Amino acid sequence: MKYMFLIYSDPALEPTYGTPEFQTMMGGYFALNEKLKADGVMRGGEGLKGINTATSLKVRNGKIDVMDGPFAETKEHLGGYYIIEVADLDAALKYAAMVPSANHGTIEIRPLLDYNPAG
Amino acid sequence: MSSPASKSQSASLLLSRLVREDRGRIISGLIARVGDFQLAEDALQEAMIAATLHWQDGKIPNLPLNWIMQVAYRKAIDKIKQRKTEQRAKSEIAVLSVDEAFEREDIGDERLSLIFTCCHPALDQKSQVALTLRTIGGLSTAEIARAFLDNETTMGQRLSRAKAKIAAARIPYKVPEIEEWPQRLQAVLAVIYLIFNAGYSSGPTEGAELVSEALYLGQMLDQLRPDEAEIEGCVALMLITNGRRGARVDTNGVTVALSKQDRSLWNKTEIDQGIALIDKAVTRHKPGPYQIKAAIAACHNIGAGSDWKQIAALYSSLLHYEPSVVVRLNHAVAIAEAGELDRGLALLRGLQSDLTHYQPYHAACAELLGRKGFKEEAKAAYLKAISLAQSKADIRFLTERQNML
Repeated sequence: MKYMFLIYSDPALEPTYGTPEFQTMMGGYFALNEKLKADGVMRGGEGLKGINTATSLKVRNGKIDVMDGPFAETKEHLGGYYIIEVADLDAALKYAAMVPSANHGTIEIRPLLDYNPAG
Repeated sequence: MSSPASKSQSASLLLSRLVREDRGRIISGLIARVGDFQLAEDALQEAMIAATLHWQDGKIPNLPLNWIMQVAYRKAIDKIKQRKTEQRAKSEIAVLSVDEAFEREDIGDERLSLIFTCCHPALDQKSQVALTLRTIGGLSTAEIARAFLDNETTMGQRLSRAKAKIAAARIPYKVPEIEEWPQRLQAVLAVIYLIFNAGYSSGPTEGAELVSEALYLGQMLDQLRPDEAEIEGCVALMLITNGRRGARVDTNGVTVALSKQDRSLWNKTEIDQGIALIDKAVTRHKPGPYQIKAAIAACHNIGAGSDWKQIAALYSSLLHYEPSVVVRLNHAVAIAEAGELDRGLALLRGLQSDLTHYQPYHAACAELLGRKGFKEEAKAAYLKAISLAQSKADIRFLTERQNML
């Protein structure tokens, strides 16, 4: 089954760029990427730029409304994601615990919808 | 020759015994084979109805358990066939029907997988409790709702949501691996103890069913995974606590403090069983919170009074596993009881902001302030405790204590 890890964290708690803590975190991400690939479970993943770069849009009655900022004003922001394919939730949880941001933020684990008509 | 009436009676007796003793094994085996909680439950329900129809003419099969299993399994396959498209069903059934003849005596036992799935941390705890009682205990949705003061519709929705999440998020149906075992076991024991406590705290006469359900689950777990110190600790804790049940409330319906309880009303067999079990558990040298709690319960039961010095030391080690305010409250009380009244009171005062709505906190403050001779403060604390008390027995107990100031 495919799972998405949505990586949420509070920017105030994230290690600052250039510090040894930041280096450790990035090292952790590189190691995780390698492990996911080596285990053959990696199906995708990206990091996102900060919410100061976010733009939100909605269409109501044909009218496009574009706004500055993220969809929800929360302390913890979506900062990136992974998609992995593993047997079950326990296997997914094991990998989720290896995401470095789990140490200061939260990883939400969501199964992907299966659009395969035979499924 | 027995009459048709007695035949049908023996059939239904046999069925209800099967349901009581072997439901967990049947349902756990079915889920393992069809991989779907709801489907397994529905199929078992239908198989039971089929059994009441077929067995009443005295045609009780040689292996009733296997008969039920086989019928339920076939019903489940029929349901899968109905659900899927023709093409899809063929391949699925081909896989499903390879092995199962159910002719062997042994139908297997998947209850350990079942209980770990029911108590998976990806489900919220209320759902873990409900699912455990429904699936393994075989309680009806209405019974579970009543036990947890929920309405039946809400409880039904809770159960369906939990089953749907197990399927949709693919929560595995297996015993956790060794590195996850300790943490996952604690989750299972927490559910069992919660069931016990719900039964125990609802009074000396009420709640007996939940208490015996929790004991049944704990002992089942102990059987399925023997020599596990924390399981033994949890069962010991329940046995020792429940052994005092008969003395908890006096004939006027007033809660009786442990030190004042009539020990002849204790169930000595149950308490001794619990103490023997905790003694065995600690020899394994794998300490954990349930063993400590059971040891604390045992300290109240050995000899004439309670060994408060030992109890205070045990609470202090419990804080290592469970640094909760309630444990800190108990720790403070034990210190006061062990002779350090001032230190106990000082620790209690430090907990005020966290426990301001917790009845036992105010009752403990009142008791210790009273001993210290601070009558006005003690009285105020009793009044606060009485205003927060939930059972009549407790209100009467606290009122009596207040009058004795």
